[in-house]
Amino acid sequence: MSLLVAEDIHGGYGGVDILNSANLRVDADEIVVIIGPNGAGKSTLIKAVFGLVPIRRGTVTFDGNAITNQRPDVLVARGMSYVPQERNVFPTLSVTENLEMGAYTRTDDYSADMAAIFDIFPVLAERRRQPAGQLSGGQRQMVAIGRALMVKPRLLLLDEPTAGLSPKFVDEILERITAINQLGVAVLMVEQNARRALELAHRGYVLVMGACRIEDTGANLLANREVGEAFLGGRAAND
Amino acid sequence: MIDILQLLIFGIVLGGIIALGAVGVSLLFGILRFAHFAHGDMMTLGAYLAFAFVAGLGWPLLAAFPLAVLLTVGVAVLIDQVLYRRLRRKAPVILLFSSFGVALMLRAIIELVWGPDTVVYDSAIQLPWRIAGLRIKPDHVTIVIGAIVLVTALHLFLQRTRTGKAMRAMADEPDLAQVTGINTERVVIWTWIIGSALAAAAGIFLALDTRLVPLLGWNLLLPVFAAAILGGIGRPYGAIFGGLVIGISTEMSTLAIAPVYKPAVAFTIILIMLIWRPTGLLRGR
Ligand SMILES: Nc1ncnc2c1ncn2[C@@H]1O[C@H](COP(=O)(O)OP(=O)(O)OP(=O)(O)O)[C@@H](O)[C@H]1O
Ligand SMILES: [Mg+2]
Repeated sequence: MSLLVAEDIHGGYGGVDILNSANLRVDADEIVVIIGPNGAGKSTLIKAVFGLVPIRRGTVTFDGNAITNQRPDVLVARGMSYVPQERNVFPTLSVTENLEMGAYTRTDDYSADMAAIFDIFPVLAERRRQPAGQLSGGQRQMVAIGRALMVKPRLLLLDEPTAGLSPKFVDEILERITAINQLGVAVLMVEQNARRALELAHRGYVLVMGACRIEDTGANLLANREVGEAFLGGRAAND
Repeated sequence: MIDILQLLIFGIVLGGIIALGAVGVSLLFGILRFAHFAHGDMMTLGAYLAFAFVAGLGWPLLAAFPLAVLLTVGVAVLIDQVLYRRLRRKAPVILLFSSFGVALMLRAIIELVWGPDTVVYDSAIQLPWRIAGLRIKPDHVTIVIGAIVLVTALHLFLQRTRTGKAMRAMADEPDLAQVTGINTERVVIWTWIIGSALAAAAGIFLALDTRLVPLLGWNLLLPVFAAAILGGIGRPYGAIFGGLVIGISTEMSTLAIAPVYKPAVAFTIILIMLIWRPTGLLRGR
């Protein structure tokens, strides 16, 4: 059974629906990538899953339970966490404090989990006292992902974790995401660096105009001509 | 030289008082995104509540102080839960206007209960200490020590406690605070507790330094807002710095201009800041 299932999702920001019957699923051990053109509704789909955009029609289930339009704090408690595309760290808080905020809902001792995050991102351990706003873009993404990991989620939702990063950091972040997945965390992420992301994804979706147009394994999507022309060839040259 | 040092002392006293008010304005803006116009009258309320215990029950000010602060906090949280909480989902400008209404109501109640006349905590004349040519009033020492203790307590709260960190987080990025699972309503209530407690303290200190009138806090609102803007609105540490700058420059201004123009200093600083650097000297919002 899939960990996350979203079926026939319609919804948006109050006006016209942005999502028009989007479907997706994520299995417990998977990395699933959503690619698609700008404005296709990729961020909106992730936000709808996380209860930040109202779903007008359709259902979302997590671990077999209906979570359609559930509030984010409830979803965090159930084992889902979300890293927004932008403004995803608390800039005046130190690295450690950002991670502590990630654990806000926890009442148990989380020091071991913080140590584990510093193991995944050793550079954060060196910078632990520095305000997150002073870090480089790549390090900020590490803080954002680390913050989301503090609740020990079963599913991590990432919205463009490599946006605006230099190629070196893109590689590093994607490699860390694979490592996190190998620790048993399912990952659903939106990525603009489509080629790189599909290389490490188990499966991928191509979202166009609010609907998942193509679904396939990462390898097959990379080999798909239509996908290649629309999202990989031109893009890769730009990235 | 002595003149300048003397004015510096007055400036630090005034600056400490302004800082205590500005921290609350800044925190409230950071969390709720509106300029709390009733902040001055919250100060006045604290000052008059302390007066009630001092004059009515004959308590020493030191005993009246914590109780007056506590009662002011109670009033602030009550107003928030009854009024502001319902308006939070609406535009911030509605909160701003309703806080203006609250300011007028608080002041009317204060005048109704305590009358419009000037009163003081202690009518005995305080002889200043003379140290190296400087005149230092014992009350000034009380105020400065009180302000330092409160600012230190605030600092420890913001840096060491879970709620204090969540407050800074929410001032940084409210949407991220929500998706992180921070209990934002709880943070809001704590912001009112801290902001109104410091306002009450500022009011009592100001009344100790000058005299009690129903317009006590309202008259200080402009410098308090100036301090918050100067420090970068939403930044409590900036507000403390801004308070000291406004206090000291207000007192120092008498070297150059007639004392009646003192209030113009804060106004001028607001204007300059809004034109030259609207995000504050320390980069706020
Ligand atoms: N807060 C909002 N209110 C109203 N409309 C919005 C909002 N956010 C996004 N939209 C609209 O929804 C549509 C989909 O936006 P979305 O951010 O989901 O696209 P995206 O696929 O993530 O694009 P990008 O690659 O640029 O991140 C766009 O037309 C956008 O203008
Ligand atoms: Mg997006």
